[in-house]
Amino acid sequence: MEQFVDNLALGFSTALSLKNIGLCFLGCLVGTLIGVLPGVGPIATIAMLLPVTFGIDPTGALIMLAGIYYGAQYGGSTTAILVNIPGEATSVVTTLDGHQMARQGRAGVALGIAAIGSFIAGSIATLVIAALGAPLTKLALLFGPAEYFSLMVMGLVFAVVLARGSLPKAIAMIVVGLLLSTVGTDLETGQERLTFGIAELSDGVDFAVLAMGIFGFAEIIRNLENPETRDVVRGKIGRLLPSKEDFKQALPPILRGTGLGAVLGILPGNGAVLGPFASYTLEKKIAKEPSRFGRGAIEGIAGPEAANNAGAQTAFIPLLTLGIPPNAVMALMVGAMTIHGIIPGPQVVTKNPQLFWGMIASMWVGNLMLLIINLPLVGLWVRLLKVPYSLLYPAILLFCCIGIYSINNSTSDVIFTAFFGLVGYALLKFGYEPAPLLLGFVLGKLMEEKLRQALILSRGSFATFVERPVSGGLLLVAAIMLVIALLPAIRKGRDEVFTE
Amino acid sequence: MKSILSALGLAAVLAAGPAWAQSYPAKPITMIVPFAAGGPTDVIARIVADSMSKTLGQQIVVENVAGAGGTTGTTRAAQSAPDGYTIMMGHMGTHGAAPALYPNLKYDPTKDFEPIGMAAGTPILIVAKKNFPAKDLKEFLAKAKADGDKINEAHAGIGSVSHTTCLLLNAQAGLKPTQVPFRGTGPALNDLVSGQVDFMCDQIVNLVEQIKGGNIKAYAIATPERSPALPDVPTTKEAGLPEYQVSAWNAVFAPKGAPKDITAKLNDALGKALSDENTRKRLLDLGAVLPDKAGQTQEALGTFVAQEVARWTPVIKAAGAVAQ
Repeated sequence: MEQFVDNLALGFSTALSLKNIGLCFLGCLVGTLIGVLPGVGPIATIAMLLPVTFGIDPTGALIMLAGIYYGAQYGGSTTAILVNIPGEATSVVTTLDGHQMARQGRAGVALGIAAIGSFIAGSIATLVIAALGAPLTKLALLFGPAEYFSLMVMGLVFAVVLARGSLPKAIAMIVVGLLLSTVGTDLETGQERLTFGIAELSDGVDFAVLAMGIFGFAEIIRNLENPETRDVVRGKIGRLLPSKEDFKQALPPILRGTGLGAVLGILPGNGAVLGPFASYTLEKKIAKEPSRFGRGAIEGIAGPEAANNAGAQTAFIPLLTLGIPPNAVMALMVGAMTIHGIIPGPQVVTKNPQLFWGMIASMWVGNLMLLIINLPLVGLWVRLLKVPYSLLYPAILLFCCIGIYSINNSTSDVIFTAFFGLVGYALLKFGYEPAPLLLGFVLGKLMEEKLRQALILSRGSFATFVERPVSGGLLLVAAIMLVIALLPAIRKGRDEVFTE
Repeated sequence: MKSILSALGLAAVLAAGPAWAQSYPAKPITMIVPFAAGGPTDVIARIVADSMSKTLGQQIVVENVAGAGGTTGTTRAAQSAPDGYTIMMGHMGTHGAAPALYPNLKYDPTKDFEPIGMAAGTPILIVAKKNFPAKDLKEFLAKAKADGDKINEAHAGIGSVSHTTCLLLNAQAGLKPTQVPFRGTGPALNDLVSGQVDFMCDQIVNLVEQIKGGNIKAYAIATPERSPALPDVPTTKEAGLPEYQVSAWNAVFAPKGAPKDITAKLNDALGKALSDENTRKRLLDLGAVLPDKAGQTQEALGTFVAQEVARWTPVIKAAGAVAQ
């Protein structure tokens, strides 16, 4: 305990130096800005800003880059609520109820609860990292390929249960997502699959390209179709601070979401993406009136937003303790550390305690700053999004194109995005939800990799998935979820929930 | 926003017209790194480019063009204008193993480039999970040979450094392990740390901290001398497999046809970078090995690339590994 306090004291004395506060603020501000603007994600931004950090000391550099990352998670929810475009996979869920609340004139409360939920989750997650960083990595080590595969099967089952509309359509979308993820070079043999001889497809379809296409571009085309029912909330934002009742309703989901998100975030392989989905499903399952979900339920924002932010922060645990990046953003953090001659790994805590604890403390400082930036400045962000459509559409498209282009400096990526925009529009027209497709795509690549690794390791025996206790348990949960969703009685209730 | 600014900057540069060799460099130079930001080649490229920029008096901008095992960026570099304003950081994979791995490769490492000079090599280590029942390399090789395909080797994907360097090891030591492919070194290392797989070969940069932390054990380093970053790890020569000498080298290239005085100027700037105290220290801290004076010349690199292509082709062809 004493050591815990000593460590945090060292962290705060580092994080609260004038320079580091400034860098933290800069990172949070840039992060929120790029999070708000659809099309420019944290990955592209951090990659672009890496060279800038050359001149700064490593602790300051990492504090700033981390600020961009969790700032973008905050900012992403603003766009999700106001424009119905998820900046990232993790804010897909926020669009469901957040945007509905905004349409009901409660945009302010939705933004407020997202920010407050994220702050609470961020504060708790900071303590979790500080207290449990080292022991918790053992949890990740329990996970071999078989366990990962089963975890992702569970995630996809969650997605089916979560999806709006008909079950067959949701399953179809997941399968399309899985199929899309198999485009590209085969992991084991190096053969090209489904590339039709197009060289640009040899590394598969880029996540950002697909997401920006079927969400960003498609949304804009759909809005063009009916200019009168524009989705950008132009009306009153309303008051930002949630009422006492709102808060009472939102607090338990926030705490549950924090727990779920924190646990899932620790898992390498971008477990953080699952957090908001899992939290939303949980809240909907335990709600007294599940029918409110999808129509502006405050729990539907509070839980996933908390899970999102908690996961974004606990994702640092495998990086800081094992030196293994769980996702693309963390991989860039590894790059930033190596550029400064610090090789991430178990040695960081002992060799660079200032950096380790300073970065952890800065996360709490950053979360407080984000609350301060987001709540009073929300008007500014809104104004950014309130620009008339004639200006907003070209600007969003332009930013999307720049963002897409800057990821790989590839013009073909921009063309693919436009193509997926048309696909996404067609899907919307035929009543297919794109969210399960995206999730299927994100998990598909990893799932195939883990499936094949598990089978190579078991020398071809499928029994490995049920024989290993953790893996078997996860599959059991998935099976139970699926049965529940398919049971006629519950299915009827579910259809009532989703049919509008 | 930054992209817009840099795009405008690029447009301004393009509008400035051709520069003359005498005044080279008159505008910023682009260095293509054919891998994602943050990887070992990227880190080395950025450290070297930083110092070369100071010598040349113009910024060297690192551009990451990742994809298809580095061959996407390398193809782009090979096809760009040979005016000295586009150079690249080539690598053991792109300029050694690629011709055998990619039958439809759109460039020839020996013919489509002007060698500028060797930058830094990163030695390869043979590592295993921490509870692997062998105390040294000899025991490891004996056990791995006896176990045949019961032993699991992790690698970071077809054509990756960890894949090709282990192919060489397997060929030289007569091992036939089951190969478990991962997407990238990180996930592969994760499963080595947690003991899901038995061993792998990889660059020292990726492994130092895990070895020091006792999460994995290192049997040997495939260089003539021990690395100051890991003084306790014996060389392959000491450990009984002297023929296994391999390093993931990184070297600077310009497109074929770049004027001689320009490539000489670039080679000179690279040489100055490698003798600069600060730059040396940053590279050595990574565990990298720097070329000596004789190894820094353009001619030495040209000869070396031809040797590497000749060395990797039979190993890869024999293993039947093809990436298209």
